[in-house]
Amino acid sequence: MPQHTSSPRRSPRLPRLLLGALLAGALLPAWAADLRIGLSSDVTSLDPHFVNIAPNIAFSDHIFDTLVKSDAKGKLVPGLAESWRALSPTTWEFKLRQGVVFSDGTPLTAEDVVFSLDRPATIQNSPGPFTSYTNQIVKKEAIDAHTVHLHTASAYGPLPLDLISIYVVSKKAAENATTEDFNTGKALIGTGPFKFAAFRKGESIEVTRNERHWGKRPEWDKVSFRILASGAPRLSALLAGDVDVIENVPAADLARLKTNSQVTLAQHTTWRTLFWQLDQFRDQSPFVTDHAGKPLDKNPLKDLRVRQAISKAINRQALVDRSLEGLAVPASNINAPGIFGYNDAIKVDAYDPEGARKLLAEAGYPDGFSLTIHGTNNRYINDEQVVQTVAQFLNRVGIRTKVDTQPVATYFGKARAHEYSFALLGWGSLAADFTLRSIAGTPNPDTGWGTWNWGKYSNPKVDELVAGALAAVEPAERERLAREAAGVALTDLAVIPSHHQLATWALRKGFAYDGRIDEFTFAHEIRSVR
Amino acid sequence: MTLFLLRRLLQTVNVLFIMSLLVFVGIYAVGNPLDMLVDPQATRADVARVAAALGLDQPVWVQYGRFLANALRGDLGNSFLHGTPALQLILQRLPATLELAVSALLIAVLLGIPLGLWAGLRPDSASGKTIMAGSILGFSLPTFWVGLMLIMVFSVYLGWLPSGGRGPTREVLGMHWSLLGAEGWRHVLLPALNLALFKLALVIRLTQSGTREALLQDYVRFARAKGLAPRRIVGVHVLKNIMIPVITVVGLEFGTLIAFSVVTESIFAWPGIGKLLLDSITLLDRPVVVAYLLLIVLIYTLISLVVDVLYAALDPRVRLAGGQAA
Repeated sequence: MPQHTSSPRRSPRLPRLLLGALLAGALLPAWAADLRIGLSSDVTSLDPHFVNIAPNIAFSDHIFDTLVKSDAKGKLVPGLAESWRALSPTTWEFKLRQGVVFSDGTPLTAEDVVFSLDRPATIQNSPGPFTSYTNQIVKKEAIDAHTVHLHTASAYGPLPLDLISIYVVSKKAAENATTEDFNTGKALIGTGPFKFAAFRKGESIEVTRNERHWGKRPEWDKVSFRILASGAPRLSALLAGDVDVIENVPAADLARLKTNSQVTLAQHTTWRTLFWQLDQFRDQSPFVTDHAGKPLDKNPLKDLRVRQAISKAINRQALVDRSLEGLAVPASNINAPGIFGYNDAIKVDAYDPEGARKLLAEAGYPDGFSLTIHGTNNRYINDEQVVQTVAQFLNRVGIRTKVDTQPVATYFGKARAHEYSFALLGWGSLAADFTLRSIAGTPNPDTGWGTWNWGKYSNPKVDELVAGALAAVEPAERERLAREAAGVALTDLAVIPSHHQLATWALRKGFAYDGRIDEFTFAHEIRSVR
Repeated sequence: MTLFLLRRLLQTVNVLFIMSLLVFVGIYAVGNPLDMLVDPQATRADVARVAAALGLDQPVWVQYGRFLANALRGDLGNSFLHGTPALQLILQRLPATLELAVSALLIAVLLGIPLGLWAGLRPDSASGKTIMAGSILGFSLPTFWVGLMLIMVFSVYLGWLPSGGRGPTREVLGMHWSLLGAEGWRHVLLPALNLALFKLALVIRLTQSGTREALLQDYVRFARAKGLAPRRIVGVHVLKNIMIPVITVVGLEFGTLIAFSVVTESIFAWPGIGKLLLDSITLLDRPVVVAYLLLIVLIYTLISLVVDVLYAALDPRVRLAGGQAA
């Protein structure tokens, strides 16, 4: 592809100069009030309770609000609820903001909140329901117009965190609405910064500013989202001036974009942390053999010294700089820095191939062993290269490593069936106790523990601490327990942390965005700059 | 003729049935959509509820049986991700793909036949040689690369045409069409050209070789000897005879234009069915994939039927008999 650094766009020049000289004052405000965003994935439904996938949630946030919100760094901040507290370990009180009205003018009341919390369980045929965020609530009470009491079956600390995922819809508009009514905009009545204007499935969505919104007034009169799923067309739409902002900038084009004076980049560390899950339950793991290809009599991955050796063998800084083109930072935790429960006492394991060999010898593998590691090839930034690089690092300390990467559609199913010995996973969550429950908790499908614990790691101490954190309704106490649980699990190398991904947005000159830890692109947080 | 049509209909039903079985079992083997879509923190009860609601808790042959029973009533199931009927989802996007495919076909035929004819009549002239050399480029340049180049030149550098998308649409007969306005034509030009390039080269080469062959035939010599104007010889005698292979190929290629516009659609963010199929495969949205492939099979069989009928109209020697239909 040719270079496209600061090419003059839109001929002819003379009329443009004239326009610039004569009408700049008159034209600029009108131009500045519209925003066009290129999204990287399709929004499948506008019903905010239909399916729990990121593109749909990102769009819902423009139309609707939640009781509790998370800011750009992942901290919980008041949304429609001005304040909340636990009255008892099983009862929470949420005080609603006064004077909030929906875009159709009806005031928000506790009735709408209760209705919205009930609704996810009534949605039929959703492949990814929101019920995991409402299941804990056994009783909802509208005490008065602006007070809601929520009861849980047992003490449950993360309730406010769960509620950042449940959008509050207007009971009046949504009560008898079908999914189709949401897609036509009829039932799409919210309290958020924008209101619905048009939806062309798979193509574009348009919204206009909601003048009745209670919060900060967005700069844009009108925002249009275009679905530009492939990287190259998304980028060319930006360079051609057809959109002002794009998310998910293709990694390969970043270096060149940095030298383009018409484009600015915004980057943010995201919650998405990548780590390796190791088979820790089988005595003979399917992809671990001796160098001749025969099964070993015991599973080396169960030995802490082997896990430590593997962790020391990986040069995370080199991985991040080379294979990830700087689009990640080395990880020591399984949550990103700054996230609730992040344990900063745990440091990134230093690259130490000598130490790794020594540990392997101590564990009885002076010549290493053979291993096949698995990963995706279409899910995370440069994921295939990441898997290959780690295989090279392991080879250097004597673990002869083969690589097998697959599309995520086939990979997840096999990984969840515990078919692999050493497999890559990326996880995004806003609380360490949540992550640990799914990744390092002893698997128990009935309770939802260890649902993505592919290696079936099991440690009673971790389970106990995580359970304690989840039951703590006092945030400080909960964070202390979560941090301790993370410390225990990571010292034991329940998983081997690799890196935290960065997210990148590209904006045309004149636009600015700070980025978000949850990777979302919010029009109401994009600003114009001179 | 009636027997021919009946036989064809029966064949189509057969093909559809086999196709549905292959696709259903194939995509079932790829993976379980629940692994992709259910919230990772969900409990077993939650997952079971979802699986039951979508019928995914049943063994594959029960799922297929249910699908078949519904399909016979015209219901191809709901898209998992969109929550709307899969067929409706595809039909909503079909106009976009049809517009793109027809525009591409028009470019290929309206440019390809005259160019090929010219090159066939003057094979040794500089212009004829240039046309033939250019057609090699059309064959050999990969679609996605040409698409990106078109965008770089016409959208990014020159700023003449939009870089992608479809432009405003108007509703006619319950479907949304964009080519009813000038803006729509501006949007379709680059993707259609991109999609047409390969077919254009094909039509040029077919017409050129057909023309050269026809010029050597006896009927052309006789026509010349009879003193017919060159214009009439080319316009009537040559053209009519070379049209048979051209129509066959163009007809079949129209099917591939619809079915395999995926690359062009994704480069130009054209909201057609190809893009829908790609998204649905990545997220294992089974009903959409199955419905899409069935529809494509149907379109293919219809097109080849039309081609056969056109054959008979052009060449009186061809008969659409029951036994030895073409």
